[in-house]
Amino acid sequence: MADEIATADPSQTETQSLDKVVIRFAGDSGDGMQVAGARFTHASALFGNDLATLPSFPAEIRAPAGTLPGVSSFQVQIADFDILTAGDAPDCLVAMNPAALMRNLQDLVQGGTLIINTDTFDERNLAKAGYQTNPLEDDSLEGFRVVRVPMDNLTKEAVKDTGVSGRSVLRSKNFFALGLLAWLFHRPTEPTIEWVGQKFSKSPEVVAANVAAFKAGYNFGFTTEATKITFEIKPAALNPGTYTNVNGNTALAWGLITAAEKAGLSLFYGTYPITPASDILHELSRHKNFGVRTFQAEDEIAGVGAAIGAAFAGHLAVTGSSGPGIALKSEGISLAFMTELPLIVINVQRGGPSTGLPTKPEQSDLLFSLYGRHGEAPIPVLAAQSPSDAFVMAIEAARIALKYMTPVLLLSDNYVANGSEPWLLPDVDDIPNIDVEFAEHPNGPNGTFLPYMRNVDTFARPWAVPGTKGLEHRIGGLEKEAITGNISYNPNNHQLMTDSRAWKVANIANDIPLMEVAGGEDAELLVLGWGSTFGTIQAAARRARFEGHKVATTHLRYLNPMPNNLGTILHSYDRILIPEMNTGQLLKIIRAEFLLDAVGLNKVAGEPFKVAEIAEKIMEMV
Amino acid sequence: MTAPSYTRADFQTDQEVRWCPGCGDYTILASVQQFMAELGRPREEFVFISGIGCAARFPYYMNTYGMHSIHGRAPAIASGIAITRPDLSVWVVSGDGDALSIGGNHLIHTLRRNVNLKILMFNNQIYGLTKGQYSPTSETGKMTKSSPFGSVDYPFNPVSLAIGAEASFVARTIDMDRKHTQEMLQAAYEHKGSAFIEIYQNCNVFNDKAFIQVTGKEERVHNRVNLEPGKPIVFDGGAKAVIMRDGQATVIDSSSVDPAAILVHDPGRPDPAIAFALSRLSHGPYGPTPIGIFRNVTRPAYDDEVNRQLDEAKEKMGKGDLAKLITSGGTWTVDGSQNGG
Repeated sequence: MADEIATADPSQTETQSLDKVVIRFAGDSGDGMQVAGARFTHASALFGNDLATLPSFPAEIRAPAGTLPGVSSFQVQIADFDILTAGDAPDCLVAMNPAALMRNLQDLVQGGTLIINTDTFDERNLAKAGYQTNPLEDDSLEGFRVVRVPMDNLTKEAVKDTGVSGRSVLRSKNFFALGLLAWLFHRPTEPTIEWVGQKFSKSPEVVAANVAAFKAGYNFGFTTEATKITFEIKPAALNPGTYTNVNGNTALAWGLITAAEKAGLSLFYGTYPITPASDILHELSRHKNFGVRTFQAEDEIAGVGAAIGAAFAGHLAVTGSSGPGIALKSEGISLAFMTELPLIVINVQRGGPSTGLPTKPEQSDLLFSLYGRHGEAPIPVLAAQSPSDAFVMAIEAARIALKYMTPVLLLSDNYVANGSEPWLLPDVDDIPNIDVEFAEHPNGPNGTFLPYMRNVDTFARPWAVPGTKGLEHRIGGLEKEAITGNISYNPNNHQLMTDSRAWKVANIANDIPLMEVAGGEDAELLVLGWGSTFGTIQAAARRARFEGHKVATTHLRYLNPMPNNLGTILHSYDRILIPEMNTGQLLKIIRAEFLLDAVGLNKVAGEPFKVAEIAEKIMEMV
Repeated sequence: MTAPSYTRADFQTDQEVRWCPGCGDYTILASVQQFMAELGRPREEFVFISGIGCAARFPYYMNTYGMHSIHGRAPAIASGIAITRPDLSVWVVSGDGDALSIGGNHLIHTLRRNVNLKILMFNNQIYGLTKGQYSPTSETGKMTKSSPFGSVDYPFNPVSLAIGAEASFVARTIDMDRKHTQEMLQAAYEHKGSAFIEIYQNCNVFNDKAFIQVTGKEERVHNRVNLEPGKPIVFDGGAKAVIMRDGQATVIDSSSVDPAAILVHDPGRPDPAIAFALSRLSHGPYGPTPIGIFRNVTRPAYDDEVNRQLDEAKEKMGKGDLAKLITSGGTWTVDGSQNGG
């Protein structure tokens, strides 16, 4: 066993420069593929590559070992230029067992590098994966650059003196694979070794085992010349500044904390665990020193209920979930709309309907978000377009909720939530404050308080929080009399209040950024998207432009109300393409609102669009 | 600062009270207003949260902060207020349908957590606002609009439910007994954590005289079992007593029992078994029925603990720093002079 990373002249292998490469780690869900992928990503980020990631994991915590449902994977694209997606197809696939190979081989590009843990290819595992014959022994892997590595045995050998024993020994094999890839792609090794030391600092033997396996993997590549060619991907020319690698759930949680700080309020998050939104709860619950209160309620309804209570009490109130949970919160959201309280509702969309595909991305809750409430209840709806944009849009959601005294629905999805990208960090001091003015004095005649006396500009009602002397008042779900807030069954009043609430929300269109178009006005085609398809659409348009086509793109982050210039933009193009991970929900709205014959490209397959799929449609339409 | 001097009128609003004439809710409202006036705490520090139902109109008639929310959710909404605002006194007003049927989940979990909430559950054993269907406390066999052949639902005993849900304070009182109601309100107010009070409330329109066995002039003499801490549990003018036998609370003729064997009421017993046994003395208000505080014990309140963790985190980690937060995952810097190779 070599203790150190080999550093001798690697002249025996040829180094090839690539501008980008897509790598996928695939293994059993117990094989630590998410960790391996995340560490590879981290090392690449520190090295200076641009990158984007896409994890894919089963809904089962531990599906039976070695089976197809138990396969977990992590894909990362690294590049020396600004890339926009995690890539369509891997150039390099790590398959830790037969099931991982069976599941992922079809995606590997022809001529791609295939790294296989041969120790797992026994009869039992082959049968579990559905192989009739051993792919290592027939011709099914022809056309790929296959690297056969007995990883189980090499890992056992590497960790034998580190103090780990029994089943723990093979837990380090993801680090063996990671080490091998670090060699193959010229990744820096220090960040991984450092991370292992910190992460497992309480168990020195685990640190020793993981580091030994990592080094063994690296050295295996080096000394055996596992492949004739290694690859380097130079740092990308990113904009100067400080970066971090962030996923959407973390960015969203940080955005909420930032919004609360900028508003001078305490943050309250009422929720119930649900995939893929739970990580927002996990992240927020760590930051109690910011005054963040997280409430893991008994159910989704209590989550939104408690948030409504916190909003009434004067906090920045947030509830979060995924589709099924949002359905349960629907009545509560309508109450927040009726009582005109500031509330942020986060929907990290997943494949539906019903339990659907809990760990897969989809954009199928758009119509539900816009219209999924009883009564006339239009609420602002925003959507994050990338992991780091979740930070920005969380702050926007807070700004709008607080300024206009309304619930705001913020859409994310599993692609934004669990995908990651480098984020050029803002200077937190440059983020504008959010002005919040609590009512402190009576606003009516004879010292009375009128809880529905609206601000003339925003139409927001005053926010008078309990504890404020002289402003005692009652609100509720029954229709309110304008100005006084008393219960009213008056027909004209109901019309007035319905119109007032709708107008208040529609008027927010004057307080959001205009749409920006990329690609010029003389383009033959406009591609309109929303949410997590942003990167893929940009990459597809870039590909089409490279082929000489004139393609414009524009992306919606504000879905209700929509930016004022959207109609003008749409009407200035002959052809409009709307790619969505649903059956055509934005398409329906655009056609209805703007009387336009837009065309949809729709995919509901539990996976994001590939760049090629959108590019192909663009080519077809230009 | 001196405590404000209030009269009951200070807690009344200008809204016309719209319960049916003769409804028990009027008496409860008067008791609560009177109690709060005498308490002398600034009225802006009170918040009343209700769900849906006749009782849920209550906040509109209290000149405090309030919210008439959605069916069954009042404990959840009130929890959000209690957790964020320890400076307030938060009250939930609910009914048997609101608290035990559509909102049953929130009730039991709020009691389990011991959130600082005072929960008043007006039990009239009927759905009033929807005009007369059976409720989760209606007796089996009850003929109503939705059970013309008699209800086949088995009812909850609200006090048993609350004790089973780990409630730290559980009491029962009667709408028309204003003095007793105010005593229960005072005890609930002084209790740290969740306080649950079942109030027998007569619905004279849809379920009149449901509680006649404990409220009727004749009947109550025989059936109202007053629970008084430190005193042996006797009733019916001293003729009847309650003893524990085979783990059950049992009524016995006082003359046939050694006085030392009579159960002495102690709502502070850490173990809820005897309080639960007392709640089973009658499954509804149909025979000897205990009135008073069944259970009153001290354990940490959820919201106090949440806020303690916040204080500790600030002390240990220092106040939150946004710049540190967004760089906590590790950073790298791209130099302006770099061309990316």
